[in-house]
Amino acid sequence: MSAITRDEVAHLARLSRLALHEDELDRLAAQLDVIISAVAEVQEVAKGDIPPTSHALPLTNVYRSDEARPGLAPDQALAGAPAVEDGRFRVPQILGEEE
Amino acid sequence: METETGSAAMGSAVTSGPATGGGSVLVDYDDALARYEPVLGLETHVELGTRSKMFCSCATAFGAEPNTQVCPVCLALPGSLPVVNGTAVESAVRLGLALNCSIASWCRFARKNYFYPDMPKNYQISQYDEPLCTNGHLDVTVDTPEGPREFRIEIERVHMEEDTGKTSHVGGATGRIHGAEYSIVDYNRAGIPLLEIVTKPIEHTGDLAPLVARAYVSELRDLVRALGISDVRMEEGSLRCDVNVSLMPRGGTEWGIRSETKNVNSLRSVERAVRYEIQRHAGVLDAGGRVVQETRHFQEHSGSTVSGRSKEEAQDYRYFPDPDLVPVAPSAEWVEELRAALPELPAAKRRRVKAEWGLSDEELRDLVNADAIDLVAATVEAGAPSGDARKWWLNELSRRATENEVELAALPITPAQVARVIALVAEGALTNKLARQVVEGVLAGEGDPDQVVEARGLAVVSDDSALGTAVDEAIAANPDVAEKIRGGKVAAAGALVGAVMKATRGQADAGRARQLILERLGAGG
Repeated sequence: MSAITRDEVAHLARLSRLALHEDELDRLAAQLDVIISAVAEVQEVAKGDIPPTSHALPLTNVYRSDEARPGLAPDQALAGAPAVEDGRFRVPQILGEEE
Repeated sequence: METETGSAAMGSAVTSGPATGGGSVLVDYDDALARYEPVLGLETHVELGTRSKMFCSCATAFGAEPNTQVCPVCLALPGSLPVVNGTAVESAVRLGLALNCSIASWCRFARKNYFYPDMPKNYQISQYDEPLCTNGHLDVTVDTPEGPREFRIEIERVHMEEDTGKTSHVGGATGRIHGAEYSIVDYNRAGIPLLEIVTKPIEHTGDLAPLVARAYVSELRDLVRALGISDVRMEEGSLRCDVNVSLMPRGGTEWGIRSETKNVNSLRSVERAVRYEIQRHAGVLDAGGRVVQETRHFQEHSGSTVSGRSKEEAQDYRYFPDPDLVPVAPSAEWVEELRAALPELPAAKRRRVKAEWGLSDEELRDLVNADAIDLVAATVEAGAPSGDARKWWLNELSRRATENEVELAALPITPAQVARVIALVAEGALTNKLARQVVEGVLAGEGDPDQVVEARGLAVVSDDSALGTAVDEAIAANPDVAEKIRGGKVAAAGALVGAVMKATRGQADAGRARQLILERLGAGG
């Protein structure tokens, strides 16, 4: 049994806004299956009292003090925007027509 | 035409049609409640009043020019890294404690992934399966014809996250996101610290459900204000509520399918949204239909809700721990320090002032409804008797607030100024009528009460020479009345006092005027 189905890969691709062709889905599903199976082996070894690691550094409670500092000027902030309107980032249509 | 949509919870569903048509069938509210039992759930977002954002040092002022409070972190420019605002964590712990929650000894931030341009990172930093605060409760009181009734609202969790940018949709027939030609985004709000407070399902409220929902949000707002962690201006969106409603048949045990009405941002709207959804769900169920699990939007003008998008796919946020942020691990000592330093909370304050000021249930309710307890308390602290303080805030000042369409606390008069007006009346330096004029002057920005009295010449006329002239004139102008008083009908003096007050435009000391009239007419005094 494969660790990830082709349908699941297609679903993830859609969530990630990746337009994949049918043949790419076939290829990537197989590759991801290998990766997940490999991770599953690690999980086997790490069972029991080994907690999952999300952070490489043993640090907690790293805070800044609540002080406001100047950020970017608006023209700097908007410099990388593909389009600007009215001092705001202009983005393409977000959702299509209601069906 | 532009409208604004809400927050990150828009999710990542690509396509979705409206689940129901426009014309919902509503069942009469009482009929609906006769057959169904509502179950509520409330998710409330509170924008914290910190000076800087949650993960960067950008300012958080409301109403700034677009994209003037942004930096590489909140714009998600490459190479930038977030650092947690310590004050925001402290605020979250304090709210958790005030809500009787357990505080996690260790928890992490998580990335909530979705594609929607209100967050430039393509994820929102939030907390997922490790919220900072869990399992609390908040008691709320609802007025019923049988008297006040208390409900305990169980709190599932309080977690930390960041607010999203503000998206405006341009073009399209409705100005809504659907059909818009494009959208424009202001990221000033992106990254402002938010607390999300989630209740457990609220059951057994029956026909009081809308009032319970409203009372909960109101109590939560007061709690947040008492803690001083946010100024909670609902009209500015610093407290927003998502309202979940489902119905189950009376006597049933299985909850129905719920709808989630997003971004309801006034107390009245919370009440109306719950009421509307109860009526709408009953209509669907009565017709043998299934309620669609979906997001809905509250329509302020009509009090109704309209379908947003169906939720099925929207849950796929692929949360994972944010590797850029180290865990938050509040020590037990710190938590206990914060607990010990909590201020008097609203419920305790209500109990205290009720006893100290000798209020009835109704009098307390009036104060609560007018949102006036803190104002009256501050006025009392400034030296006024509680009865006078209540009278001013509930009558004259409430009227002014309504006239100007502002909240009572937003009136440009301080409790200390109100206390001074009350003192001037007590000293006899002002009549009530003059005092109202002084208040009017203070509200108009003419300065402190004493300055207004001085500038407007509003002091009570009680020196005998000034009053005497008015008294003599009143007697001369009303010989019949004067004759009656001479004949012993002392009660008739009221008419002459009235004439004196009129002549002095209300500035006369009525008691002294009466005395002078009686003296002059030899009728005692």
